[in-house]
Amino acid sequence: MTERKVRILVAKPGLDGHDRGARIIARAFRDAGFEVIYTGLHQTPDQIVSAAIQEDVDLIGLSSLAGAHMHLFNRVVALLKDQGADDIMIIGGGIIPEADIVKLRNLGIREVFTPGTPLETIVDWVHKNVKPR
Amino acid sequence: MGAIFKEAEVAKIESDQKAWEKHLQEKLVSAPERKENYTTISGTPVKALYTPADISDFNYAAQSGFPGMYPYTRGVQASMYRGRLWTMRMFAGLGSAEETNRRFLYLVSQGQTGLSTAFDMPTLMGYDTGDFRARGECGTCGVAIDTLKDMEILFDGLALDQLTTSMTINPPAPVLWAMYIAMAEKKGVPREKLGGTIQNDMLKEFIAQKTFMCPPEPSMRLIVDTIEFGTKEVPRWNTISISGYHIREAGSTAVQELAFTLADGIAYVEAALERGLDVDAFAPRLSFFFNAHIDFFEEIAKYRAARRIWADAMKNRFKAKSERSLWLRFHTQTAGCSLTAQQPFNNVVRTAVQALAAVLGGTQSLHTNAFDEVHAIPTEEAATIALRTQQILAEETGVVSSIDPLAGSYMIESLTGEMEEAAREYIKKIDDMGGMLKAIERNYPQMEIADASYKFQRELDEKSRIMVGVNKYVTHEEIPVDIYHVDEALEERQIARTQKVKNSRNQKKVEECLERLGEACVNNENVMPCLIEAAAAYATEQEMCDVFRGVFGIYRDPGTF
Repeated sequence: MTERKVRILVAKPGLDGHDRGARIIARAFRDAGFEVIYTGLHQTPDQIVSAAIQEDVDLIGLSSLAGAHMHLFNRVVALLKDQGADDIMIIGGGIIPEADIVKLRNLGIREVFTPGTPLETIVDWVHKNVKPR
Repeated sequence: MGAIFKEAEVAKIESDQKAWEKHLQEKLVSAPERKENYTTISGTPVKALYTPADISDFNYAAQSGFPGMYPYTRGVQASMYRGRLWTMRMFAGLGSAEETNRRFLYLVSQGQTGLSTAFDMPTLMGYDTGDFRARGECGTCGVAIDTLKDMEILFDGLALDQLTTSMTINPPAPVLWAMYIAMAEKKGVPREKLGGTIQNDMLKEFIAQKTFMCPPEPSMRLIVDTIEFGTKEVPRWNTISISGYHIREAGSTAVQELAFTLADGIAYVEAALERGLDVDAFAPRLSFFFNAHIDFFEEIAKYRAARRIWADAMKNRFKAKSERSLWLRFHTQTAGCSLTAQQPFNNVVRTAVQALAAVLGGTQSLHTNAFDEVHAIPTEEAATIALRTQQILAEETGVVSSIDPLAGSYMIESLTGEMEEAAREYIKKIDDMGGMLKAIERNYPQMEIADASYKFQRELDEKSRIMVGVNKYVTHEEIPVDIYHVDEALEERQIARTQKVKNSRNQKKVEECLERLGEACVNNENVMPCLIEAAAAYATEQEMCDVFRGVFGIYRDPGTF
């Protein structure tokens, strides 16, 4: 039996319109052979969680560049737990201060990638840490 | 009239150049060039040397001319910075209206000559702070404005008949502008005395910045409403700032920034003409907004080419008669995307180089980014250094003493010509698609930019493109930077204030105003008079925007990558 591909939801929570990073990382994941679903902009945490469950993804990548990451990432984590889907791993990326990264890790965000991270580093991390559920 | 070099002279230069190239090749055998390809940051090849042969067909009168004269390549004003410096306009918005007002008063006391307002995400998207979609976002990247009350606090103590105010607002631009007019008139400043700019450029939102409200067609209609109203009642206001800045920030090349921006401008002119407006009545109030990225000469060439292409389009395509209609006046902001989170103090240097390019390119107004802007809203200290950067350029360096000083440089004229040609090709392609609205529906500019930004990221990863501190000269020490933090209690305070406003306003009046606004939308009447009335009655931003959403529908991101 061949193992199915890792499925990733790249998501933009909240009102922030900076999608350059999210779209680049979605392409990089696709080029690396993962199955990628991109939510598009302006998604509420509820919309992201239901998309993740419906699409049966293994990983959610949340992108935030306008400062609302604490509230929004927190909501996604809580809603996933409510739905009993907290085996879906979450990573984050964007403009996120060091002090917040520590807090986000404690919330259960597995890794946070900040500006300047090579695409390869992120792709390698996924290869190493995410297996199809 | 014709080329500036004699044919025989050019032939001699070309033959001498061949000799030089042969000499160079011999030298390169033992000491090769550092890289195989030299290109601009946009990927355009750059030659080792430019000579008169590169601009042998350059026609001074037709392509360059004089400052303040067609085709305005050398600048839109005859005296340029010898007459008046550019407006030093620092963008500011810090969560609450009170705090932003304090920053405005401070910047004005430090010699700033124009105000520029950054709004928070909910305001930018047309939601009140209390809406469920806005939770957690109050004040995160600018000031929260829900009602006229906030606007009154924001501009308290500022002389609105003397300062000009820029508001970076797009889908709800008519609403915020209405609030500003209502606020000023309450203070006794009539609308015809108000000067400033609303960004109000929805095409580039669909292309790049991505704050949306209604679909493209009704968005265009609202923009034309503001252009029409401004022409008649607020003559000193720039009702649109046609923006390449965000296109570039989204990852475009310099040529794409230039071409898509001018194609957007063409679309707005066509839409206003379709409304029956006279081109010379509105074109003088169209303004532009460009990025100043780090590739110095390419940027200068971009601004010079922009003026030349626009003047030609206005004169020959749209038959404008007034001289002012032909001017491409522009604001510039240094490139946020060129700044690095790593070793943030280096950003001061990047910004200075970019600001210099903007000044040498003849900008009318400039925002210089603060070095910490890559992390958060700038602290006062960082914003002051950024303002001082402009003041040093203006007062110390001497670059303002002579107009368009790089004109005639073989390289600059050559790059300007190449930039013009490449942009014209894009504009032609978009015209062939049926104009920018159609091109956007086909996702064309969006995907061109996505391709360019992905390519650039790959180049960074491969280190064929260098960013100091990111992929070369990396240090691992933490550099302490004071980061501005949004007060967490702000959201609740803002919600409470808006509630208080709602409790004390004349509810019946508000409802009547909103109803009239809905009718104006449906009946194709200009929405501005209704909006000003509604704003004066303390209708909230979202109440007014919800009328638009109800009538025109909501645009959703196609989510392509």
